[in-house]
Amino acid sequence: MSEALLECAGLDKRFGGVLALAEIGFSIHRGEIYGLIGPNGAGKTTLFNTLTGIYPCDAGGFSFAGEPLAGLRPDQIAARGIARTFQNIRLFGNLSAMDNVMIGRHVRTRAGVFGAILRTRATLEEEAAIEKRSPELLGYVGIAARANDVARQLPYGDQRRLEIARALATEPKLLALDEPAAGMNATETLELEKLLQRVRADCITILLIEHDMKLVMRVCDRVLVLDYGRKIAEGPPREVQCDPRVVEAYLGGAA
Amino acid sequence: MNTFAKARSKWVGVALIAIALIALPFALASVGTAWVRIANFAILYTFLALGLNIVVGFAGLLDLGYIAFYAVGAYAYALLASPHFGLHLPFWVILPIGGLVACVFGVLLGTPTLKLRGDYLAIVTLGFGEIVRIFLNNLSRPINITNGPQGISRIDPFRFGSFNFSRSETIFGLTFSGPIKYYYILLALLLLAILVNLRLQHSRIGRAWEAIREDEIAARAMGINTTHIKLLAFAMGASFGGIAGGMFAAIQEFISPESFVLVESVMVLSMVVLGGMGNVWGVVLGAVLLSFVPELLRYTVAPVQHALFGRTIIEPEVIRMLLFGLALVLMMLYRPAGLLPSAVRKRELARTNGSAE
Repeated sequence: MSEALLECAGLDKRFGGVLALAEIGFSIHRGEIYGLIGPNGAGKTTLFNTLTGIYPCDAGGFSFAGEPLAGLRPDQIAARGIARTFQNIRLFGNLSAMDNVMIGRHVRTRAGVFGAILRTRATLEEEAAIEKRSPELLGYVGIAARANDVARQLPYGDQRRLEIARALATEPKLLALDEPAAGMNATETLELEKLLQRVRADCITILLIEHDMKLVMRVCDRVLVLDYGRKIAEGPPREVQCDPRVVEAYLGGAA
Repeated sequence: MNTFAKARSKWVGVALIAIALIALPFALASVGTAWVRIANFAILYTFLALGLNIVVGFAGLLDLGYIAFYAVGAYAYALLASPHFGLHLPFWVILPIGGLVACVFGVLLGTPTLKLRGDYLAIVTLGFGEIVRIFLNNLSRPINITNGPQGISRIDPFRFGSFNFSRSETIFGLTFSGPIKYYYILLALLLLAILVNLRLQHSRIGRAWEAIREDEIAARAMGINTTHIKLLAFAMGASFGGIAGGMFAAIQEFISPESFVLVESVMVLSMVVLGGMGNVWGVVLGAVLLSFVPELLRYTVAPVQHALFGRTIIEPEVIRMLLFGLALVLMMLYRPAGLLPSAVRKRELARTNGSAE
């Protein structure tokens, strides 16, 4: 359990003169649910975007399963086994739920133009496997009945689940979720919690940005707290909760 | 209807269409050989439109310089099968070469434009199309490669041993004129192109194209190498254009830069848009309509006016433009996603309308 999957050291990210992330260092162990919290604008999503290759980092770096990943493209990082969801849902809105998940299989399949045109046996077998696996994933997140619905027209909670299914389709080692419970009601959040536990039980490590502190307290093994782009605390949620700097960041300093 | 009957009625339908397509050139020839040529050009344009559909319809990359690839293919054929360089390679060798050369040009155009989308991409591709045409016009000095504005003439027709596609022949009492022979080979290639389009659309690559069209950032995060996939779209589309260009050169036996002007690019794009971007059958319909209707007008407008008024009041060309404008307006109003829209495109446009309200 204690072996590090993702290790991040001295990570800086600047936007012009703004230091959005300053010397961020942490490590995520295999099989844990690692929370990332902090007030709005603390740099959580920036850290996510840096870890998934959408932004290049300006200093420092991170390694995943022992391999340095800083500087790689998002698709290369996805291929190494980090999959993510987005805070403002970014599904392929006009495609069906099933198509969304099938696209997630892209990175684990190989068929090229000639395979597609000639319909070689390898391609047909691969397609059959994709068509078998995709509904399974929809079932896994609990939206099997929605397979043929257009993604954009799904209820909000189902869109969040579909994003998770699509991310899982890439067979990640680390699943990075950006506020998956945002906008969910209590029942939906509870179901999400069950889903997260099930994903963890299937040996997928989770990195979770979340504002729902009750959820964070219940599911996370450890959390990292950011404020103004700096790491201010790290540890088990109960300890972090009592850390005076964390309290100050959330509630403001004693006047 | 049970599945068996359904399958049977489907096959009956396919058989009827096949018979109609086989009989078509003879029916057209009885009206006039010109109509067989028009049908051949309709097939060529459909072929082109299918290629452009890969770029515009599947991958969502607006390309206004598509005719450049057609030009590249046509010139590749002309240079390798005409007295200009004294080369006379057989057509089944040159057509793939033309496709490959156009494919290289597709990658050349694609590489610098990877970060562009929408209007910006359209402008750059438009410029690319013009650059290619201007090059063709001026590459006659210092070494005469393209023969400049005079173009290249006496291009070899398709030939298969002693079987010459440009000559008339009588088999079993049926006269197969040159255009009729071309019709069949063009039709065969078109069917192949349709098959390739359909198979690409429902494949891993086709889905990746859809993904980058929908949301490029999400596509990258899902592990799609957007650079690779976009270049693939440009390359595939360009190859179609190149092959069509080769066929064009062989049928015409003469080409010049004049055939590859911007209006041609716009025409092919109109076919794709009118028919329904992203839907193979829609694109075929759009291309056939836009190829035949202007010709129908050419043959009817003047005679009808003569019969009614004794002289030509409005030129066919003017009527054609008027009808184009009218069709454009009607389409915007009633079928913004095309005559036979793809389901996905329809939803995209429905959303745009919805959010505008």
